[in-house]
Amino acid sequence: MALDSKIPAGSLAEKWSKHKFNLKLVNPANKRKYDVIVVGTGLAGASAAASLGELGYNVKAFCFQDSPRRAHSIAAQGGINAAKNYQNDGDSVYRLFYDTIKGGDYRAREANVHRLAEVSVNIIDQCVAQGVPFAREYGGTLANRSFGGAQVSRTFYARGQTGQQLLLGAYSALNRQIANGKVTMYNRTEMLDVVVVDGKARGIVTRDLVTGKIESHSAHAVLLCTGGYGNVFFLSTNAKGSNVTAAWRAHKKGAFFANPCFTQIHPTCIPVSGDHQSKLTLMSESLRNDGRVWVPKEAKKGFKAKDAASISESDRDYFLERKYPSFGNLVPRDVASRNAKYVCDEGRGVGATGLAVFLDFADAIKRDGRSVIEAKYGNLFDMYKQITGDDPYTMPMMIYPAVHYTMGGLWVDYNLMTTVPGLYALGECNFSDHGANRLGASALMQGLADGYFVIPYTIGDYLATIGWKDKVDTNHPAFAEAIKSVTDRQEKLLSIKGKKTVDQLHRELGLTMWEYCGMSRSEAGLKKAKQIIQDIKKEFWTNVNVLGSGNELNMELEKANRVADFIELGELMVDDALNRTESCGGHFREESQVDGEALRNDQDFFYVSAWEYTGEGQQQALHKDALEYEFVKPTQRSYK
Amino acid sequence: MKLTLKIWRQKNNNSKGEFKTYVHDHVSPDMSFLEMLDVLNEGLVKKGEEPVHFDHDCREGICGMCSLYINGRPHGPLQTTTCQLHMRSFKDGETITIEPWRAAAFPVVKDLVVDRSAFDRIQQAGGYVSVNTGGVPDGNAIPIAKKIADEAMDAAACIGCGACVAACKNASAMLFVSAKVSQYALLPQGQPESKERVEKMVAQMDEEGFGACTNTKACEAECPKSIKITNIARMNREYYSSMFTNYEVTVSGGGD
Repeated sequence: MALDSKIPAGSLAEKWSKHKFNLKLVNPANKRKYDVIVVGTGLAGASAAASLGELGYNVKAFCFQDSPRRAHSIAAQGGINAAKNYQNDGDSVYRLFYDTIKGGDYRAREANVHRLAEVSVNIIDQCVAQGVPFAREYGGTLANRSFGGAQVSRTFYARGQTGQQLLLGAYSALNRQIANGKVTMYNRTEMLDVVVVDGKARGIVTRDLVTGKIESHSAHAVLLCTGGYGNVFFLSTNAKGSNVTAAWRAHKKGAFFANPCFTQIHPTCIPVSGDHQSKLTLMSESLRNDGRVWVPKEAKKGFKAKDAASISESDRDYFLERKYPSFGNLVPRDVASRNAKYVCDEGRGVGATGLAVFLDFADAIKRDGRSVIEAKYGNLFDMYKQITGDDPYTMPMMIYPAVHYTMGGLWVDYNLMTTVPGLYALGECNFSDHGANRLGASALMQGLADGYFVIPYTIGDYLATIGWKDKVDTNHPAFAEAIKSVTDRQEKLLSIKGKKTVDQLHRELGLTMWEYCGMSRSEAGLKKAKQIIQDIKKEFWTNVNVLGSGNELNMELEKANRVADFIELGELMVDDALNRTESCGGHFREESQVDGEALRNDQDFFYVSAWEYTGEGQQQALHKDALEYEFVKPTQRSYK
Repeated sequence: MKLTLKIWRQKNNNSKGEFKTYVHDHVSPDMSFLEMLDVLNEGLVKKGEEPVHFDHDCREGICGMCSLYINGRPHGPLQTTTCQLHMRSFKDGETITIEPWRAAAFPVVKDLVVDRSAFDRIQQAGGYVSVNTGGVPDGNAIPIAKKIADEAMDAAACIGCGACVAACKNASAMLFVSAKVSQYALLPQGQPESKERVEKMVAQMDEEGFGACTNTKACEAECPKSIKITNIARMNREYYSSMFTNYEVTVSGGGD
């Protein structure tokens, strides 16, 4: 199957506007004849469901949480980029486009990223109109800050809760459509399969998590807005419920999975405190503006933060400042993370586990005074103290990298359609805009761009093409078949009654992924991981213990269902990382480096890896979707 | 640490619940409260006993999904969410009582899980600005004083967890509803629909069976996001002034 990314011809700046004109429209009176399913209600899902309801389509929206407002977009802290150039500091659509392409280490599509930069300005207007309380200046205009090393101030924010406020804005628009009867909302309902008939997505099968009822829903198109798969690592900054199941079931029904090995590891998270750890908490990376990262020069086992002052200046290794004199502590996320791992691998990590480095504010407090630091980071310091019990005003913080975002996802064309006609993927769920590495404050931008300003146009073209009569009823045998396969699998999980808990097996998977497919990857390690994952899969299906029944609220069953898919995804991530023998963005292959730094290989890897599911236990088939750069010339990153 | 836990177990909404006592001796002071329950559950599953069901998701204090009425206080002894509460806030040997949110409008689903969809329905009644995607003015077209924007943000910080209802002896939802009403009442974008919004949201709140507010301030004292009862005063003002306008709002359904 040849992949067609459907990138429109013409100059970069005109592609989207020309494409919008060329897309077919659905007559306003006919929109009510079309049904659209939206799975997931984060930024992408809520904005898409609301916008499509406003246009007149009949929308069914699904979320596994108890309310659409809980989706994990809510936890995004920092902000949202937009090329408004309100600060008169030289920003433009082209500059945001260029920064995003470069930040993605030249593995994103030019046309998609330019469109993202174009619509970024509309997102801010939309959110303000909804009553999102963005930070403002005394004159009443919107405030901006520079974020993640950007040279311009283009990040809009609502304190440290930007994701929350944007999501509540989209949720309010969604609520309005629910009240209008244009969106039917299904809370605590999880998608377990997509139904494909005659090569087109025709609906989904879901489980009501409270009653356990398995149900069919048919529609003209299905939108997956189900987020990322960071929880394959067990520990990540994702919410506990975040999972890959919807995307993975779609993958098994024909949707190609793109660049699964591209994961983002965030350098400033609170370290693991023990085996009981259930998730990791991100500390905003703005902390690196004033904090200095260091470890003792000599390894000191179990060294505590409260004793940090006892180490003299000459016995400290400020390793980022030493290795990267021009960027220092502000090197990009992947570089900061990898170097923290290196010093811990050398045995010089601090804290009880030895898997942490210091982030020290003593110099900043001495230079600016405690009140200045408190004004900048007070809430973060409080949060740190609440979780760890340590006071960062009097001793250094301890930080360690954690999985934060997944750039890979379902392969989509320019219209956000997967390789299954009628099946779309939006937001973190798709792969398209961040290449091999995502820039700070770009995830919120992409989720809302896809939902508010891309899908409302592109879905019309598909719906107008197929016509409203081209719909399959839930009486079709394909739905019954999907229900049977979902039910069989559930019964199987409940019948194993083995010795290990779901969490135990999930933890084993996570540790394997983190060790061999995390910050640093090698051929030998990845091959070992593949074997371990296959063993975990075998053990899971013979020795997992899932109690209770399928006809009730059963959170162990929910977890088991998700972990089974994570295991299969883990193996594909390893395959993808094995195939990509270059280092690029968040993907560092030990075999591909120069002077200890990542070495990209544009000669052999200037493509998107799109994996096709070929059957149970089979090696998946790789399709190379070549990247074509017309406007930007890729260069090698250097932060020395 | 070793703890005795008295936990409310209830199979579903139709069955009668009861307290069950568990001795938990694998508790570290660095665990979050939910991690303490995770470890308890892992032990229960290994023994073939059904784990305790409780709601949770982000585990960083922002999604509002976690709840739990701990030793008679929503989210436990600190003014934070349960996921951000750590076991160092308890003493070795202590007995901890864990119940679900208690309010008629939040029926128990199972064990410690309750149904908070009443909050969604209140928001659907009017918790929005009626603008469609596209066709809106530039973000800077309407200046908003920083002080006002900040106050709107204070109100908008509500995470919808329901602690205010659980804390209130009348199970009143006034703090929750007033936070949303206040956010829009403060902002120019909320003005055109201010009358409809407050009347519809209050009507829906009553419809759901939440109790009346008697200004005991328990909600403010327990709110993990420090939402202030000045919002309730603002909502009352919005509500009464809406009564003096010369048209009537049809309170069935929201939207257009």
